[in-house]
Amino acid sequence: MLLLFLLVLIIPALLSWPLGLAMTRMIDPDEASGYGRWTARIFRKTGGEGAVEEQEWKGYLFSMLMFNVLMFAFVTIVLALQQWLPLNPDGKGPLEASLIFNAVASFVTNTNLQHYSGEVSMSYFSQLFGLMWLQFVSASTGIASVAALARAIGGKKTVGNFYSDLMRTSFFVLLPLALLVALLLLAGGVPMTLDGAAVAHTLEGATQTIARGPVAAMEAIKQLGTNGGGFFGPNSTHPFENPSFFTNVVECFSIVLIPMAVVWMFGRITGRMRDAAVIFSVMMALLLLKCGAAIWLEGAPAAVFSGLPVELASNLEGKELRFGSSAGALWAAVTTATSNGSVNCMHDSLNPLTALVPLAGMWMNVVFGGVGVGLINMFIFIIVGVFICGMMVGRTPEYFGRKVETREMTLALLALLVHPALILGGTALFAATPAGAATVLNTGAHGFTEILYEFTSAAANNGSGFEGLGDNTAAWNIATGIVMLLARYIPVILPLAIAGSLAAKKPVPVTAGTLRTDTLLFGVIILGSVVLIGALLFLPVAVLGPVADHLTAIIH
Amino acid sequence: MKTIVSFGDLTRQFAVSIRILPVTVAICSGLYIIIVLLAAQIVPYSASGSLIRSENGQVVGSECIAQQFSRPEYFWPRPSAVSWNAAAAGGSNLSPASLVMRQRTEKLLAVYALKKGQRVPADLVTASGSGLDPDISLSAASFQAARVAHARDLALDRVMSLVNTHAAGRRSAVLQDEPLVNVLVLNRELDRLKH
Repeated sequence: MLLLFLLVLIIPALLSWPLGLAMTRMIDPDEASGYGRWTARIFRKTGGEGAVEEQEWKGYLFSMLMFNVLMFAFVTIVLALQQWLPLNPDGKGPLEASLIFNAVASFVTNTNLQHYSGEVSMSYFSQLFGLMWLQFVSASTGIASVAALARAIGGKKTVGNFYSDLMRTSFFVLLPLALLVALLLLAGGVPMTLDGAAVAHTLEGATQTIARGPVAAMEAIKQLGTNGGGFFGPNSTHPFENPSFFTNVVECFSIVLIPMAVVWMFGRITGRMRDAAVIFSVMMALLLLKCGAAIWLEGAPAAVFSGLPVELASNLEGKELRFGSSAGALWAAVTTATSNGSVNCMHDSLNPLTALVPLAGMWMNVVFGGVGVGLINMFIFIIVGVFICGMMVGRTPEYFGRKVETREMTLALLALLVHPALILGGTALFAATPAGAATVLNTGAHGFTEILYEFTSAAANNGSGFEGLGDNTAAWNIATGIVMLLARYIPVILPLAIAGSLAAKKPVPVTAGTLRTDTLLFGVIILGSVVLIGALLFLPVAVLGPVADHLTAIIH
Repeated sequence: MKTIVSFGDLTRQFAVSIRILPVTVAICSGLYIIIVLLAAQIVPYSASGSLIRSENGQVVGSECIAQQFSRPEYFWPRPSAVSWNAAAAGGSNLSPASLVMRQRTEKLLAVYALKKGQRVPADLVTASGSGLDPDISLSAASFQAARVAHARDLALDRVMSLVNTHAAGRRSAVLQDEPLVNVLVLNRELDRLKH
C-alpha cells in the first residue's frame, strides 16, 4: 500500500518540480533565446503575425474562444461524417445529432463525459483525428490559460500570445510526454493497431468479436491532459486500455503529473515560488486525505454479502483483479481530484460512502484540478481568502501588491457560484422530472446519486460517471453539453478578468501590515475557504445521496 | 489599448485560427500516430491484441480478454454484466448495497452448489468493471479445481499443480493481494493435458 502511494503520488510530486521548470522554459521562453526565436519564426510562418504578437488579456481570451469555436466545428464535422471517412474497418454508422453535440462539447471542454461507447459507436478516424486531437488542444488551452493568468498576476500588461502558447504546449510539452507514455504502455501490452475487430472461436465453440484498435496513442494523452475519455466504454477498466499492474501505475502516475507541475510553472512565471509551494501543499494535503479515505472506505466488503457464504474481501464489484483491490479506490480519488475522469473501476459500484470521495473532489475541483484550470479555480479561492483576511484585520485586501476591491470580489463570487448553481440546479431539475428520474439504474438514494454525480462531473469538467445512468438521451445530452460549456469558459473568463483588472492597478508598497500569501498560515486559510465554501455548499445533497444510501443499506 | 473587439479583429483571429488548426491536427494526430504505430511493430503480439491461436492458426481468443466458460471441465471466469461481449464491454453498475445485486449473488451461489461450511471467493460473485477481466484469484481457481478434476477424470493433485504453476508465473506483480490465474491460458493448458 505504501509502495502504491509512493509510485503514483510521491514520485510524481517529486518529478513535478523539474517538469514545472521544463514547462516554464517551453511555454514561457525568454524571447531572445534560441528556442524562443526559432519557434516564433515558425509560428509566424504558420499563422501570420497574429500567432506571435503580444496580446492583452481580452485579446488573448478572444483568440482562445475563436480557436475553441473552430475546434468545436471541426470535430463536429468529423463525427457527423464518420461513416464516409477512412479508418473505419468495422463500418461504424452515423451518430445521432444530440450525441454528437454532447461528445464534441465534452472533448472541447476537456471533460470527456462519454454518453457513447467507443468500441460500439466511433470509427478509428473519429477517435484519432477528432477526439484524440481535442485531447491535445483542449489540454493546451487549459495550460495556456494559466500561463496567461500567471503573467497578468505577475504584473504584466500583456499576457503573451494564445496561439504561441497553444502550439508550444501541444508540441513541446504534451507531445513528447505522450510519446514517452505511449511507448511505456506499448511495452506494457496495450494494443496499437489499425486492424478491425478480431473474431475468435472460443474453446467452448462460441464466436467472440474482440474490439481493438489504436489504443496506446489515445491512452497516453487521455491521462496526461486530464482528459479521461477512453477508447472503450468502460475506460481504463478495459484490459486493452489497462492490461496490467504496470500499465495501471503508468496511467495513474500520468494523471497527476502535469496538474502538479502546473503549480510550479505558475510560481516561476509569477516569480513567487513560495506562494506556489503553499498552494502545492494545500492541494497535496487534500489529495492525500482523499486517497486515504477512499482506500479505507472501499476496504469494506459489499453490503449485500452480509449473511451469505462469500469469503470476506474488499468490495470487488466493478473492479479488475489485476490492479489489486485498493488501486481502484486510489484511482477514483486521484481522477476526480484532477478533473481527469478516467476510471479503473466502476464508480457506480463503489461502496455508498466511498462515492463521497470522488464527489467531494469534483465539488472542490481544486485539488490540482484539470491541467491549468485547477489552478485557476484555486486562484478564486485565494482571492476569497485574501478578502476574508482583509475583512478580519480591517484593511483593504491585497494580492501580489495590488488592491482587491469591489470589482474583483464581484467577479470572484460570480465565478464561485457558477459551479454549485450548475450542479444543484441541474440535479434538482432532473431528479424531479422523468428526464432524469426515468433514466437511473439503481433505485432510491443511489439513483439520486447517479443524477447528482452526472451533473457534478459535467460541471467539474471531469467526465467520470455513475455509468448505470441511461444518459444517452436527448435531454441528458443537451443538458450536460450546455453545463460543460458554461462550466469550462466562465471559470476561465472571470479569473482572467480579475487578473487583468489587478494588473491594471498601481502596485502598493509592501508594509508590515501587508497580509503575506506565502505562509503556512495563509495555506490554512485557503484550505479553510476550499473546504467551507467549496465543499460545505453540497452537504445537503451529500446527505440525500451517498449518506442516505449507506444508512439504508445497513438495514438489509 | 483596444477594449472592444471590432469586426476586423474577428476576421483576423479567424484567419489565424484556421491556419493553425490543420497544423495541430497534422502534428498531434498525424505525426504522433505514425510514430506510435511504428513503435508498435516492435511488439506485434500485444500491439495487435495479444491474440492466442490454435495449432492450425485459428484465433481462439485474447490473452487479455475473458471469454465465456460454462462447462464443468473448464475453469470459469468472473461474472460478466455484458456476457463477455468483447465488442461492447461494461460493468454491472449495480450498487453494492442494492437488492438487485443481492438477488444476483444468490443466483450465482446456487450455481456453485456449496457444501456445508464452504464459502465462495468474492471475485466469483462480483462482476468486473469491464466484464472482461481475464483473471481469477488463486483461491477462486482452487475453489473450482475439484469440479474440473472430476469432469475431466483427472487427479485433483494434477489440476492443482497446473493451477499453482500458472499462479506462480504471475507473482511478479508484487503488489497484488494474492496471485492471479489467467482463465483462458489455464484452460488451454488443461486441454493440452489430455493429449
